[in-house]
Amino acid sequence: MSQRKDLIIIGNGMVGHHFVDTFRALNGADQWRIHIIGEERHSAYDRVHLSEYFQGRSHSDLALGTSEGYQQAGIAAHLGTRVERIDRAAHTVLLSDGEELCYDKLVLATGSYPFVPPIPGHDAERCFVYRTLDDLDAIRSAADQGKTGVVIGGGLLGLEAANALTSLGLTTEVIEFAPRLMPVQLDATAGTVLKDKIEALGVRVHTDTATQQIETLNDGRLRLHFADGEPLETDVLVFSAGIRPRDELARQAGLKVGERGGVCIDNHGRTSDNDIYAIGEVALWDERIFGLVAPGYRMAETVAAHLEGCDSPFLGADMSTKLKLLGVDVGAIGDAHGTTPGTLSFRYHNEAKQQYKKIVTSADGKRLLGAILVGDNSAYDSLLQYYLNDIALPAEPDSLILPSASAAPALGPDALPDSATICSCMNVTKGGIVTAIDGGCCSVAEVKAETRASSSCGGCAAMLKNLVDATLEARGVEVDHSLCEHFSYTRQALYHLVQVEQIKTFDELIRRHGRGHGCDICKPAVASILASHWNEGVHDAAHVKLQDTNDTFLANMQKDGTYSIVPRIAGGEITPDKLLVIGQVAKDYRLYTKITGGQRIDLFGAQLHQLPEIWQRLIDAGFETGHAYGKALRTVKSCVGSTWCRYGQQDSVGMAILLENRYKGLRAPHKIKFAVSGCTRECAEAQSKDIGVIATENGWNLYVCGNGGMKPRHADLFATDLDDVHLIRTIDRLLMFYVRTADRLQRTARWMESLEGGLDYLTDVILNDCLNLGEELDQQMARIVDTYQCEWKATLEDEQKLKRFRTFVNSPAGDDNILFVEERDQIRPATHEEKNRLIASA
Amino acid sequence: MTVQTQNLKWVQLCQRGDLVAESGVAARLEDQQLALFYLPDENRVYAIDNHDPFSQANVLARGLIGDLHGEWVVASPIYKQHFRLTDGQCLEASEVQLKTWPARLNNNNVEIALAL
Ligand SMILES: Cc1cc2nc3c(=O)[nH]c(=O)nc-3n(C[C@H](O)[C@H](O)[C@H](O)COP(=O)(O)OP(=O)(O)OC[C@H]3O[C@@H](n4cnc5c(N)ncnc54)[C@H](O)[C@@H]3O)c2cc1C
Repeated sequence: MSQRKDLIIIGNGMVGHHFVDTFRALNGADQWRIHIIGEERHSAYDRVHLSEYFQGRSHSDLALGTSEGYQQAGIAAHLGTRVERIDRAAHTVLLSDGEELCYDKLVLATGSYPFVPPIPGHDAERCFVYRTLDDLDAIRSAADQGKTGVVIGGGLLGLEAANALTSLGLTTEVIEFAPRLMPVQLDATAGTVLKDKIEALGVRVHTDTATQQIETLNDGRLRLHFADGEPLETDVLVFSAGIRPRDELARQAGLKVGERGGVCIDNHGRTSDNDIYAIGEVALWDERIFGLVAPGYRMAETVAAHLEGCDSPFLGADMSTKLKLLGVDVGAIGDAHGTTPGTLSFRYHNEAKQQYKKIVTSADGKRLLGAILVGDNSAYDSLLQYYLNDIALPAEPDSLILPSASAAPALGPDALPDSATICSCMNVTKGGIVTAIDGGCCSVAEVKAETRASSSCGGCAAMLKNLVDATLEARGVEVDHSLCEHFSYTRQALYHLVQVEQIKTFDELIRRHGRGHGCDICKPAVASILASHWNEGVHDAAHVKLQDTNDTFLANMQKDGTYSIVPRIAGGEITPDKLLVIGQVAKDYRLYTKITGGQRIDLFGAQLHQLPEIWQRLIDAGFETGHAYGKALRTVKSCVGSTWCRYGQQDSVGMAILLENRYKGLRAPHKIKFAVSGCTRECAEAQSKDIGVIATENGWNLYVCGNGGMKPRHADLFATDLDDVHLIRTIDRLLMFYVRTADRLQRTARWMESLEGGLDYLTDVILNDCLNLGEELDQQMARIVDTYQCEWKATLEDEQKLKRFRTFVNSPAGDDNILFVEERDQIRPATHEEKNRLIASA
Repeated sequence: MTVQTQNLKWVQLCQRGDLVAESGVAARLEDQQLALFYLPDENRVYAIDNHDPFSQANVLARGLIGDLHGEWVVASPIYKQHFRLTDGQCLEASEVQLKTWPARLNNNNVEIALAL
């Protein structure tokens, strides 16, 4: 065995992490011992989406890598540790904890730091920068007591910081030294349009303003003094005046650095020392620093390849950007200032709508050189493709930015060459996407999972969808399976996205993959997916707004607005004492009682505010919720079985109880019903259930995908003579596969019919494990079984949740419009006429 | 809606803390029942009649809210018709429109306006 070499990566930021990821994917890692040293205490996270930290996303939501992940991959991660010095002669680095590590090759991925202009007073306690999670924590705690904020710097990041301060509830102002906002990207008119729009949103913008001194007042607040104009007081100040490469290690080690900073690299990412590479924002290539993540990723790939002896040179990168700043669309492509001589420019400025669009073309009007968009980014995708692929412009180039009765001629996916970059973050071309579709992907979600296109900034999502749809259509695949107007995905695809991207909330899912706010179709569907995948309480704060009333109040709403209550009676077995409790509760609250088809007892006629009291009594008596309100396992019906019945082959009641307790609470696309019969006389009617189990002399026969209901279907025999362990494992896998792949409100019967290959395919997947999913399905089910909790018990222990169970928020009374009459010695809702009569006689 | 502020009387129904984000609660005002929907991102409250004319039950506060064609609506939890939060219009039946009230958050008080 050859000796493993040492590779050290300094900096665990976005690019450093991407490098490790790429390098491992190239299998290069096998010959190397890898060390990552990161100064931040957090493992690498998505800095591009840093601001979402203020919207409730945590480090783990934003994380790109985790310490455990690195550890599992055999990588030594030293987080919260800085490299103090590089000794090139000895090939060692010295860490802040005193440790010294040897390297054969070294990668610098130290990124950059925010530049703080040396204004007197800039180091006051309430002055911050906006770069790391720790910065944001500090800003948040300062903002807690404050009312106002100021951002110095009106560039891209400054405006993002201003937005963040606004989201913390601060009244925010932006100070820009230059005569306009985003001076690098925008021209004067665009800057003015942007300024007007931002001011209309309540953020004041001062351009042409030089800050001369920052005075700290007695109460800790700051007073800003300007060259001219009134001073300005603020609680919080954030500097966003540009970034500078963190090249201090390189300087100390004597590597070649640029005049204005940055570690010089060649096309392979090599610095002036052949054993040291630099990538990301610290690297200077062709006299240029790239302050965006995509070029950094390209450098990382170049270096990973080079270490493997491959040649994949870095030849610069496109710096076009599209963003939403404070809700305003801004796009900048190529050279929009028209600095190349002989260029033509076309402008469209709509003052009413506050939109500005400009394109700059070559002298002959055939090639796009740059563009600026403010207030409307709809043309961005097309323009970017013209620009990147050097596609000939239409005869009237301005048609691309003019509003017209028939929408602007968008560049269709057909017009793009295979080499066209669709996703510049993950470097995925049209050709790559078409190949993925040829390889079997048939939805945007699958293509995303396969190619990772659109999984970083998401800017290309619309483009990607167009391309995937067009390619699929060209292959004769039907595409529109939109769940509703908010999501152009099927439930299955959404499940996939939740799983692949580890999405935990509806808000995140709709932000990344949908539009609008959601509706009564997609909200419960997504809630069910999140519950199936994460098994978190349906009442957890982020999910509250998603549940329909039955799931919200853990009861079934009836036609008069009252609820019915169904405690679980597993297998239909119940003790006399428990029967007495149900009887007494029904009497005390005057509820209508009825035995259900699933061998349990339904209590009708409770008002919202009564539910907790009733449940407290049921729980005290040892009952649990029956999930009759959920798209979940309902009941496992059983006959009395071998214990009492002279024909019984096995203990069907015992098995029914075991199954019901195992799967209770499992959220699914639709309700699931089971039954267990003790012999082939089939008294439990197992063959009409989603899962039917019938005892044999040797064990159990398993039937699947039957149902009663509107379109009855007999279950199919799936496996025979199973012992208990194999029975449960088979059901685990089948249910989990159903939960993961069925469509919204699709019972198992329709689901199975919809699978290509039907029962045979299902047999292959579940019994022969042809997809190699078995273990994964087992694990998922185990997790769900392990994390089961009775939702009613949890609710009763939570004051905050109980607050929702009020008929009125401003009165303890019940709804006096709910009236009952008696029929067969029990209550029933009064009809409309009966109500009128009752009210009249009252 | 153009309502002259001077002709309105604002009455307090409950506190902000009684509301549930992006969801509804019911409140009473004498014989009336109101459904209050809270949109924290827009710092807005909508107040519409809690009575669902299709089921004749007082349930709209318990419906799911969302946007359809860009407008906020609540879906009745019983027969699923949608009602616009801004003006109570039923999207499935043009002749059905529910009563609405101007509503606001006044610091932490939730208030609706009654015409004088
Ligand atoms: C708020 C915000 C929004 C952004 N939005 C976008 C966007 O929309 N699109 C886009 O393309 N880009 C965006 N960027 C820029 C993008 O985040 C950067 O281009 C990217 O993070 C650069 O990656 P990097 O690895 O080079 O640097 P970083 O991510 O900064 O990582 C460098 C890491 O190295 C560590 N380090 C430095 N010195 C040492 C040392 N001596 N020892 C150990 N560790 C060290 C640092 O602590 C840091 O963790 C945004 C940045 C911010 C702050």
